[in-house]
Parts: sequence; structure tokens; C-alpha cells
Amino acid sequence: MSKWDISGINEWKSGEFPLGAVIPESGNSRDYVTGGWRSDRPYRNDDVCTQCLLCWIMCPDSAINTENEEVTTFKLNHCKGCGVCANVCPVNAIMMVPEGCDLPEVK
Amino acid sequence: MPTQKTVAATGNTVVAEAMRQCAPDVMAAYPITPQTTIVEEFAGFVAKGRVHTEYVTVESEHSAMSACVGASAAGARVMTATASQGLALMWEELHIASGMRLPIVMANANRALSAPINIHCDHSDIMGARDTGWITLFAETAQEAYDNTIMAVRIAEHPDVLLPTMSCLDGFITTHSIDRVCIMDDESVTGFVGQYEPQNALLDLENPVTHGSFAGLGGPFFEFKKAQREAIERSRAVINEVGAEFSALSGRPFGMVETWGMEDADVAVVVIGSTAGNVRHVARQMRDSGIKAGVVKIRCFRPFPYAELVEALSGVKAVAVMDRAESFGAEGGPLFLEVRSALYDRTERVPVINYIYGLGGSDVRLELIESVLNDLSEIAAGAVAPDGLVYLGSR
Amino acid sequence: MANLKELTHREDRLEGGHRLCAGCGASIAVRQVLLGAGLEPVVVGCATGCLEVSTTIYPYSSWKTPFIHNAFENSAATVSGVEAAFKGLKAAGKIPADKKVKFVAFGGDGGTYDIGLQSLSGAMERGHDMVYVCYDNGAYMNTGIQRSSATPKGAWATTSEVGVAQQGKQQRRKDLTQIMAAHNIPYVAQASISHWKDLTMKAEKAFAVEGPAFLNIFAPCPRGWRIPFDTTVEIAKSAVQTGYWPLYEVEDGVWRQTVKVMNRKPVVEFLKPQGRFKHLFAPGNEALLAEVQTDVDRQWDALQSRFGSV
Repeated sequence: MSKWDISGINEWKSGEFPLGAVIPESGNSRDYVTGGWRSDRPYRNDDVCTQCLLCWIMCPDSAINTENEEVTTFKLNHCKGCGVCANVCPVNAIMMVPEGCDLPEVK
Repeated sequence: MPTQKTVAATGNTVVAEAMRQCAPDVMAAYPITPQTTIVEEFAGFVAKGRVHTEYVTVESEHSAMSACVGASAAGARVMTATASQGLALMWEELHIASGMRLPIVMANANRALSAPINIHCDHSDIMGARDTGWITLFAETAQEAYDNTIMAVRIAEHPDVLLPTMSCLDGFITTHSIDRVCIMDDESVTGFVGQYEPQNALLDLENPVTHGSFAGLGGPFFEFKKAQREAIERSRAVINEVGAEFSALSGRPFGMVETWGMEDADVAVVVIGSTAGNVRHVARQMRDSGIKAGVVKIRCFRPFPYAELVEALSGVKAVAVMDRAESFGAEGGPLFLEVRSALYDRTERVPVINYIYGLGGSDVRLELIESVLNDLSEIAAGAVAPDGLVYLGSR
Repeated sequence: MANLKELTHREDRLEGGHRLCAGCGASIAVRQVLLGAGLEPVVVGCATGCLEVSTTIYPYSSWKTPFIHNAFENSAATVSGVEAAFKGLKAAGKIPADKKVKFVAFGGDGGTYDIGLQSLSGAMERGHDMVYVCYDNGAYMNTGIQRSSATPKGAWATTSEVGVAQQGKQQRRKDLTQIMAAHNIPYVAQASISHWKDLTMKAEKAFAVEGPAFLNIFAPCPRGWRIPFDTTVEIAKSAVQTGYWPLYEVEDGVWRQTVKVMNRKPVVEFLKPQGRFKHLFAPGNEALLAEVQTDVDRQWDALQSRFGSV
């Protein structure tokens, strides 16, 4: 499936849109940033994390990356900072820290 | 040229036959008088294996059109039929079908709307749906209902159009009366309608698309509506082109506006549907007594053929518009409003009188039509036109 | 069925960048359902509501699979039409006869318990090969927290206000899961986002059956329930542990409790953290609070008596 180029969409005339308000590209909200909603960001301490993956399955924003069956980084362009991941973590490996403060390297 | 056989059949039977010949992939339908025999006959075709159609026996007309929207978006050729309250219940979905640009074809058996409940013919149902973005064809006879249904498929699915289309026939009068109808052979119809090539089909799994998006947060909603207007304007040419092609194939004429006696008419009646035949009959008789009467029949109500209508009415001295539907509180019925608006740009003013007739199947006797032509004749000769609309034959 | 490690290999069919509230339970439900659905292609339909508007704001879609929204009350009828098209196009020879595709319709409780109930009932009765998923957050959240027939008795909502004459919603909630079980369809289940294993297992079963299946998923709404948005999953868990939301399935007519609750906690543990029940804890409302517990007990006992029975 090819990328739908919407760079000029604000100038498109009525006849230039795909018919019937169809969105011809799937999952293109990946390009839409909701990270700006966040006031707190998740920080995971890998020394504590047991890789149980509960945070991943409970994330409302599909914002936790996985690789080789392990959680890796947070997708900070999508994470709204809800804190569900920190709340469900059984070993308190994730904490919510205010945006903008000095942090250890954020994952 | 196709092989045609002449049969004696009701309007509903030949609409069902036309649908079978057009071979929809999906039909979703719900029973309602006086449409029911269309979907009954079609169910018979399904049971006998004469069509490949997936037949969805929904639990309401709202779900009928909802399922049609889903099936059409999925990429299928889709048909249904309804009437009256059923069409009214679909109203929300009619807008969605056109807004999503889905070429669904539907037959409507024109019937009065409640209350009080009434099962007989008028055009309140379809006129209530006139701004839903559907192309709307009307039949005078069972033959026209058959022809319109086949043409509807080509018009709706045309890449320049992609809009849902209705094929309307008068409840009981056309749906249930046995009439003489020429039926084409299956191959000719199949060849005429061709294959449907859907755009953005939901079932194109390699190219997943989103249908029914939310364009309500400063999105281009306005532009989508304009695109719909542009499509229905383009449909005028397509309707005439498809009509001409069908005429060549069938030997039967087609026009968005069809006229009788208009070459030298002094007075004219504009009418939709089955009553047109009676009006022609009376007009013919009155010509014997010296009244030069003509008849203009509207066969396509949406898009409204205003240019054709103005041309047809050029030179007449008085016009009667017969409305089989009300638009309570408006200056006249829906057809009257269209006709008088179309005539506004003419330099020469012509009296246009609105007759509301036949609501809920109320009888339209020949003498009533005769009275309309007599009125017109007097008005054309200088008599004062009635103030406001006339309820024809009502107490 | 797959464990979490195995599930990470499956594609997340809901992309981020949607505009549901922070901590929304609906998107958690969708992710778990679609991860549990398996590997075959899935076509999704959705009723008008939070989930639909927030995931398809033109020109962005969060759906990585074919998606259709039609209107509020008809996601079941719409998806039944899509499924019919799949069969019709197979019959026409335009789709290979051996092609397998799954169909699912989502709706909130307003779109399912209330305005969409007829459409749902019809589609299930007709036997379409589709799954219907209700994400139940117990009110019309998209229009601003109005009461629905899924709203619990006593809950505040903007159309079941709290004042001297009335203490929130005055009626009991409808038991939709049992209504769907009464349709005698192959699979009906009640699940909660807090119990991912139970939920994904139920999704897997629902998608595997030939014919209609219904899932009713408890999906809290922090905004409407007046709870902190990090506690979505915690409160859902509490609903299960207090017996407010029992987890069970009805498979070919056999009722089975899928998550046992050993020491059922008092329902106040579920109610207390929620601002929508605040008034129930005010002096004078003791009887109302007791009535909520009585109702939960009665429904729990009635349900227990069905488990293991046919």
C-alpha cells in the first residue's frame, strides 16, 4: 500500500479528494502527534522491569514498542501520558515524571 | 439486437425480473406494501438458484439500507426495494449512501406516508427523500419501471457519477396492475449493464481503506458536498447517454422529460408517474373540442431536468403542475416548486397553477383531469388564475 | 491460545495517534480483541461514538485493517452487509472460494444496548459470520456522559442528575449479555480489559466460530466515571473482583465462569473511587448503597446457578 500524500490537502478542490471521504491509507494517524497532550511522561527502570509485557497490552495508545518479545521504547509522539502503564506495572518499574524536568535517559 | 418477449406481468414482477438480470451480489430487503412482491419474487430466484445473489433478510428498512451501504462499500453490486414508511425509516441512510458515493440501486413503490396510515399511491414518500442525493427515475408504466431499473444500474455505477439511484413506480397502480411488457433476453441485459468496478472496496484487503470517516472538525465536509453536487450535475449527460443507448437496444424512447402534443400546445400539464397516461388520454380528447393541450411527463426528478422542461414548455400560455405530494406550508407541491423555479428565467411570464391530486390513492377520475384542462384553457384566454393551489377533487 | 510474548508478534491493528482521551478503556478493548482475533484478515465496522470519531478524523485513520463507519445504530447491520458482500462476491467468482476473512463490529453501550439493539439482534439472528463487540463504559460518553440502559443504578450522569429529588440513575441496568445469550448463537461472552488473558481467549473463540458471536467488554471511561486516568485498568479489575462484572462465556448454550472470584469483595470498593457514585456515600443514602450490593448479590447468585447448566 502506497503512502497517501496529503501535504497539499488544504488547497485541494472538491474534485481532488478521494470519493466519499474515504481515507485511502490505513493507519496514517501514525503521522499525527498526540504526544503534546502529555504533562507527565513514562520512565521505565530496566533494572526493575521483568518484561511481563502488561504495560504493552494495557496501553490505550499503542505507544509501547516491542522487539524480540520485550518492551523497548515508548512512542512519545503518541503517548498521552495517561499513566496506565505505570499503574498496571506489578513491580513499579515505570514511573510518571513531569515533562521538562531533568531525567535520566528516557526510554 | 436483443431478443425481446412480450409478457403480461405486474410492475413489481418485471422490476424483480430486471433485478435478476442485473445480477446483484447482495440484496438486503424488508417487506412493505406495495413493494413486497418485488423482494418475494427475487427470493424465489434465490431459492431456485437463478441468481448468485446473497440475500439478506434484514429486520427493518433502516437495516436494509445499512446493510446495502456496508455491502456496496465492500465492493458488491447491491440492490433493494422499499416503499412509504420503509423509505422514511431509511431516510438517514439515504444521505449516507449518497455521501459515501455508493451506487446502490433501489426500487420504490410510491405510497402515502402515515398518518393516517394508508397503503395506496402518492408521492409523499419519494418527495420526502428528494434532497437525499439519490438520482431518481419515475415510471409511468410497468415497461418504464423495467427499463428504468436496468438503466439505473448503468447510471449509478458510471465512474463520472457513483451515486445511488432509485427507480420509482406508483404503488398498486403500476406495481400490481398487469400490463404488457417487453422483456429483453438475459445476455443483452448483462451486456448492457456490464461488470461493476468498485473504487476503494473495503474487501480489497491488500489496500485497506477507511470508509465513513469523520470530517467534522474543520475538515473538508463542505468540499465533499460540493463533489456530490458536481457528480449529480455530471449525471445529466450520463442519464441521457445511457438512455439513448438503451433506446437503441430496446427500441423504446427515453428522455428525462417526455412530451406529448407540445409542438403546438397552448396549455400544458406537467405530471409524474402513472397519471401521465390518463392526462394524455384526456388531452387527446380535448384536442377534438379545439383545446390545444400538451403533456409533459417528468421521468427523472433528480437531477431535475429544468432546461428540458423550459424548452418543452416554450410557447404555452398556461401550465398546470400536478403534484401527488404535499409540501405543507410551501407555495405548492414539490413538483410545482421545481417547475415554477425553472420557468423563472423565461422572459415571458406564464401562469402556473398547482393541483394537488390523488393523495393516498384518492381516485383521479378523467373528468377531474378534464377540469384541469378546461381551467387552463380559460386562463390562457385571459381568465384569472386561482389564488393558491387547488386540491383536485377533494371535498 | 497465545501468551503475551506470542501476542507481541501479531500486528497491532489499531495505530496510535488517535484522539481518544488519555487512559481510554475503549482502545484497550479494541487492541486486545484484535490481537486475540488471530492472523486472518479482519474487516472492522464501528458505530458512531468516541471510538469511531477519535480514530477516523479525516484525513487520518488509526485502522490498519479495512474499516467502515456508517451511523450510530447500525454497525451490526452494516457489517452484516459487508459479510454478505463477501459471500456474494465469492458466489460471483470475484473472490476465491477458499479465501478467509473475519468481520467484527464495534459499538459502545449506547450504540449497542440502546439505539443499536434491534440491528444487533437482527444480525445475530440471521447468523452472519461476524463478531459483535460492545465496549461498555456505561453511558453516552461521546455526547457528554448521558445515562444509557447500561448505566448502573445510582450513577450520576448528565441526564440522571443528583439532587434533592433524585440520587442519580433510578433504574437498574439492562443485562445485555444474557439477552444476547438468549439469541442461541454459538458464542457469547462477557470480558474485561483488566483480564487480558481471558479477553484475548474469548476474542479468539469468538472469531473462530462459524456464525455470530457477541462480546460484552467492560471498558471504563475515566472522564465519565470521574476517576484518575491512570486507574482505568485498576477500576475494571475491581468490577470483576466485586462481582459487579462477572467474567463468563456461553458456548453453544453451555454457561461457564471463566474467571473465578474466590473472596468476592464488597461492591463499595468498586463504587468508592468513582466520582459518579460520590453521592451514594453521603449521609441518608445508606439504603441506596445497600440496594446496589443486594442487586449485585442477587445477580451473582442467579448467574452462578447457570454455570455448568445447559
